[in-house]
Amino acid sequence: MHGHDSSSSPVGRLVAESLTGHLSRREIMKRGIALGLSGPVIGMILSAQQRSALAQDATPAGQEVGWSIVVPEGLRTDLPGARVRAVLTSSAHPDRPWQEAAMRIFSEATGITTEFVPGEESATDRLAIYNQQLGAQSSDNDIYQIDVIWPGIVAQHAVDLNQSLADLAALHFPAIVENNSVDGALVGMPWYTDAGLLYYRSDLLEEYGFENPPETWDELQEQAQAIQDGESADNASFRGFVWQGNAYEGLTCNALEWQFSSGGGRIIEPDGTVTVNNPQAIAAFDRARNWVETISPEDVTTFNEPSSLNAFAPGNAAFMRNWPYAYSVTQAPDSPLVGMVGVTQLPMGDGEGATHAATLGGWQLMVSNYSQNQEAAIEFVKYLCSPELEKAFTIERSHSPTISAVYDDPEVIELQEFLARLKPVFEGGAVARPSTVTADLYNSASIAYHTRVNQILTGQIDGAAGAAEIEAELQDIMAELGY
Amino acid sequence: MATTTAVRPVMPDTAMISGTRQWSLGKVINRILFWILVVFIIFYTVFPFAWALLSSIKPNAELFTSPVVYWPSAINTTFYQFVLANGDFLLALRNSIVVSVSTVLISLALGSLCAYAMGRLQFRGKTPVMYLILSMTMFPQIAILGSLYQMIVNLGLYDRLPALIIAYLTFTLPFTVWVLANFFRAMPGELEEAAMVDGATPFQAFIRILLPLAAPGLVTTGLLAFIAAWNEYLYALTFTQTRARTVQPAIASFSGNTQFELPWGNILAASVLVTLPLVILVLIFQRKILAGLTAGAVKG
Amino acid sequence: MTQGVATAPLPQPAKPGRSYDLPQSGWMKARERLAWLLVAPSILVVVLVALYPLLQSFRLSFTNARFGSTRPELYVGFDNYARLAQDNVFISALGHTLVFTVASVAIETILGIAVALIINSNFNGRGVVRTSMLIPWAIPTVVSSQLWRFMYNQDNGVINDVLVNRLGILSSPVAWIANPSTSLSAIIAVDVWKTTPFMALLLLAGLQIIPGDVYEAATVDGASKWQQFWQITLPLLKPALLVALIFRTLDAFRVFDVVFVMKGAALDTITLAIYARQTMIDEQYLGRGAAASVVIFFCIALLVIVYSRLVRVEET
Repeated sequence: MHGHDSSSSPVGRLVAESLTGHLSRREIMKRGIALGLSGPVIGMILSAQQRSALAQDATPAGQEVGWSIVVPEGLRTDLPGARVRAVLTSSAHPDRPWQEAAMRIFSEATGITTEFVPGEESATDRLAIYNQQLGAQSSDNDIYQIDVIWPGIVAQHAVDLNQSLADLAALHFPAIVENNSVDGALVGMPWYTDAGLLYYRSDLLEEYGFENPPETWDELQEQAQAIQDGESADNASFRGFVWQGNAYEGLTCNALEWQFSSGGGRIIEPDGTVTVNNPQAIAAFDRARNWVETISPEDVTTFNEPSSLNAFAPGNAAFMRNWPYAYSVTQAPDSPLVGMVGVTQLPMGDGEGATHAATLGGWQLMVSNYSQNQEAAIEFVKYLCSPELEKAFTIERSHSPTISAVYDDPEVIELQEFLARLKPVFEGGAVARPSTVTADLYNSASIAYHTRVNQILTGQIDGAAGAAEIEAELQDIMAELGY
Repeated sequence: MATTTAVRPVMPDTAMISGTRQWSLGKVINRILFWILVVFIIFYTVFPFAWALLSSIKPNAELFTSPVVYWPSAINTTFYQFVLANGDFLLALRNSIVVSVSTVLISLALGSLCAYAMGRLQFRGKTPVMYLILSMTMFPQIAILGSLYQMIVNLGLYDRLPALIIAYLTFTLPFTVWVLANFFRAMPGELEEAAMVDGATPFQAFIRILLPLAAPGLVTTGLLAFIAAWNEYLYALTFTQTRARTVQPAIASFSGNTQFELPWGNILAASVLVTLPLVILVLIFQRKILAGLTAGAVKG
Repeated sequence: MTQGVATAPLPQPAKPGRSYDLPQSGWMKARERLAWLLVAPSILVVVLVALYPLLQSFRLSFTNARFGSTRPELYVGFDNYARLAQDNVFISALGHTLVFTVASVAIETILGIAVALIINSNFNGRGVVRTSMLIPWAIPTVVSSQLWRFMYNQDNGVINDVLVNRLGILSSPVAWIANPSTSLSAIIAVDVWKTTPFMALLLLAGLQIIPGDVYEAATVDGASKWQQFWQITLPLLKPALLVALIFRTLDAFRVFDVVFVMKGAALDTITLAIYARQTMIDEQYLGRGAAASVVIFFCIALLVIVYSRLVRVEET
C-alpha cells in the first residue's frame, strides 16, 4: 500500500515541522533518513530550519500557540456541557499543540467540552482504524479528519454537512467541495489542501532568454530542451524536466494533470463516465512519453517525489513537478538554488477544454453518523473550517487554506508569501482524483490507470492502445459499482 | 599439486588423471585457465557486497561521479552515523531481532519435540503427519497471504510483532521438524535402551540423552531458521506498517532510484549493517550450514 | 548423498549389561502416548497458522470477498478464475513468471554444474572459494536487490561505467531497470548471481559421492573428458540435480522480493506473486487475489508431482 496520498507527503510534513521549529536537528536527521532523503537534502532542511528559527516571526517570541486565533461570530452557546471527541492529527505531530489550543479556545467560547484524540500517523493505518470504528458504528468519536481521497469510502458513515453548513461550504474552493460530496451529501468540510506545482530555475530561464515560465506544455518542452542542450555540455546529468513516472499513486496525480489540462477529462467523471480514451488524453500521454529520453531522464519512469527533488535540488534539472513542500527545501541557506527557484501553475495543454490543472491533496473534517453529540460536533467543524481559523492555521502552521479569501488576507500575504501566491493554482485548475465516485474501489482504479500509463511512458504500448486498455478496465470497475 | 592423491573422490583434472608430472604447454595453459576461472568465481560472488561496503564509506561526492571513482580518497562514516542515529532504523533492527529470535526459539522448542517423535517413536498416524509437515515446507507463502492477513487483522495483531512470529512459524517450524527428525533418526537405537535400563521414562530419555546429543543439529537448524526469518520480506511488508516494521521492508522502502543524488549512501550503510552479522555467522558456521542445507535439500 | 547433518559422529553407549526383560509393552504404550503429546503442539500450530489459512484461501477464491467492505460476501463459483483467464495483467504476470523461472533455473543449473566441477578438484584455496560462494546466499534478497539497483544505475552505476567508460562495449549508458526491454533480464541476472553458488554447493555434494575409480576406469578405456562428463558425471549427478532443480524451480516460481524491490508492480516485470499480493492487499479484492494465489499453489503442486515422478523413475 504505497503512498496513498502523496499530497500529505511525509517529506512535506518533515519540512513543515522543521520550519516551525518543533523538531530537533537530530529528529530531522532521523526522519529525513527514514524518508530516504540524501545527505545534502537533509542538510538543506536543517539549515532552512535554522534560518526560519531566526527569521520567522509567525509566532512572535513570547506568544502562545494559537495567538492568531480569532473566534468567529455566530457560534452557538446553547449547548454547554456537550462533549465532542475529534480524531485529528497524530499524537507526536507538531500541529497538535495548535489544534489543542484551538479546542481550548472553542470550549471557552461555547461551553462545549472538547477532547483531542490522536489519529494514526500513516494514512493507511488511519483509514484502517476508521473503518474498524465506523464499521462497528462506534459512538466513541464524533469527528474524524479524512484524506481528500476518502469521502467515497466513508460516505455511508458521515453526517451530510449541507444540512447545516451549506453557507460555510460555499466559501470553500468548489473543486474540493465537489470532491467531498457523495450523492449530493457533503461528507467532509474542507480544512487544508495541497496541489501539484511547476518549479522552475528562474536564473536559467533568464540566461536562456525566456521571459516567463511556460504557459503550455509545448513551451515547457521548448524551454526545457533549450536549457538542457546548453547545460549538458558542462553537466552530463542535467535534465530539462523531472516528475513522478514510477507506477504508483504519484503517477496517477501527474497523469491526471496532463490529461485534464488538455481537456481530456478527469479519468472518471463524477457521474461515473470513464474519460480516458479520447484524442486529448491520448495526445497528453504521448506527449509525456515523448519527454522520456528527450527532456526527462530515461529512468524518470521509476521516479517518485524524493527522487525528483533529489535531481532538482542539487541543480541537475530546469523544471520539476512537485508538491508545495519542495519549495522550502530548495530555499535553505546552503542550497545552491537560493533565490533561483520560481513556482507557478503547471502548464496547460492545447485544444478544446485546455486549462491549468493541479491534482488536489489535503484533509477534511467529517462528523460521524453515530455521534451522540452531532449538533456540538457540527459546531466545532463550523469553527475549525471558518475563515478565521483557517487563516490562523495558515499563519501559524503553514498549511494551504481551502478558502479563497484567506489567500488575499494581508497578514497571510505578509507572513506566508509563498503560500499566498498559490491561490490561482487552487482556484484555477485544482482537479480531484476520481476517488469519490469510485469509493472503496479507488485503489483498483488508480492501479489500473497508473500501471498502464507507466507502460505508455516506457514505450511498451502507445497512447491510444493504453488509453483503450485503461478505459476497458475502469469500465469494469464502474460496472462493479453499479454504473 | 597435480598429483594430490584423491583422499576424496574428485573430478578428473588433466594432470591428475594422466598421473604424470610432465608439464606440457597445454597443461600450463589449462592450469592458468583454471585459476582464472577460480578467481573469477570469487570475484563474481564477492564483488557486489564488497562494492557496497566500499561505496558506503566513500565521501558523498565520490558516490555519484561519472566515470565512477573506484577507490575512496578518504573514509567517510557519515552514512553510518546517519543510519545509527535513525530511530526508525534502530526500531526496525530491534523488531527484526525480537521476531527472528522468538521464531527460532519457538520453532526449536516445538520442533525438537515433534522431530523426536517423528524420528524415533512409532505411532499410528505418523505417515499422515509426515506428509502434512512435508507439504508445509513446500507450499508458497503467497498462497496464505490473504487469509493470514485477514486473520491477523481480526485478531488485532496488525503491525504487531506476534503477527510476524506467527507468520514465520509457517515456514520455520515444518523445516525444523523435518531436519531434526532426520537427525534423531540417525542416532543409534541403543541410546534409549540404555536410558530405559536405567529406569528413565521415554520423555526423560529424550530430554537427558537425545536432546543434548542433538545440540549440533539444533544449532544448525536454528541458524537456518534465523536467517530465513531475518531475511523475510513479503509477510513483513504486508503485516506491518510502522511499530512492528522489520529491517527488510525498511531497507526496501528507502526511496526510488535515479541517476542523481539519492540516499544511496544511507541505503548501502543500512544494507551493510543488516548483512554483516549474517555474513559473519555464515563464515563461522559455514560447514554446519552447508551440511544443513544439503540435508534439507536431499531429504526434502 | 550422505552429506546430511545426520552423519555427525555420536558417542556409542555401552551395551546394557542385562537382558531385555523390561516392561516392553508398557514402554510401547507410553511411547505412543508420548509421541502424540510431542507431536501435538507442532501439528496444532501448523494446522492453525498454515493449513487453516490455506483452506480459507481456497474458499475465498470462490467468493467476491473484499477487505473492509460492507457488501455481503457471496459465492461466485469460478467467476474469479474466469476473470483471471481474461485479465491481460494476470496473463503477462504468468508469462514473466514462466520466463523468470525457466531462464533463471536453466542458467543457474548450467553455471552451477560448471562451478561445482571446478571447485570439486582439489586445489589450495578451495575452502576460500566455497566460503565466498556462501556470501550471495546469506545476503537478504532485499539487500542484494538494492545493491544491484545501485550497480545498475544509469549515470553512475558501476555496470554502465565498466561497459561504457572502461571497456567501450556500449556507446551510452543503459537504464537497465527502467527500460522494459532490459528490465526482466537485469532482474534474472540478480537471481542468477544470488542462487548459482547455492546450486553449485548442492551439486558439489552430489559430485563428491561419485567414486574416483569410475573415472580411472573410464580413462583406462580411453574415454575423453567430454565423454566422461556425459556418460559418468551427469548420470550419477542426476539425483542431486533433480533435487536441486525442485528447490530452485519452486523458489523461482513464487518470486516476489527481487522483482518487487527493483520494479514494484510495474507491468513490464510483474510476476504472479506480485499480482496476487497487489490484488489482495492493495486493491483489497480478497476473493480475486485468493484465486490468483490458488493458481500459484496448483502450479507449484504440479511441479512437485512432476519432479517427484522424475525422482522416482530415477530411483527404479
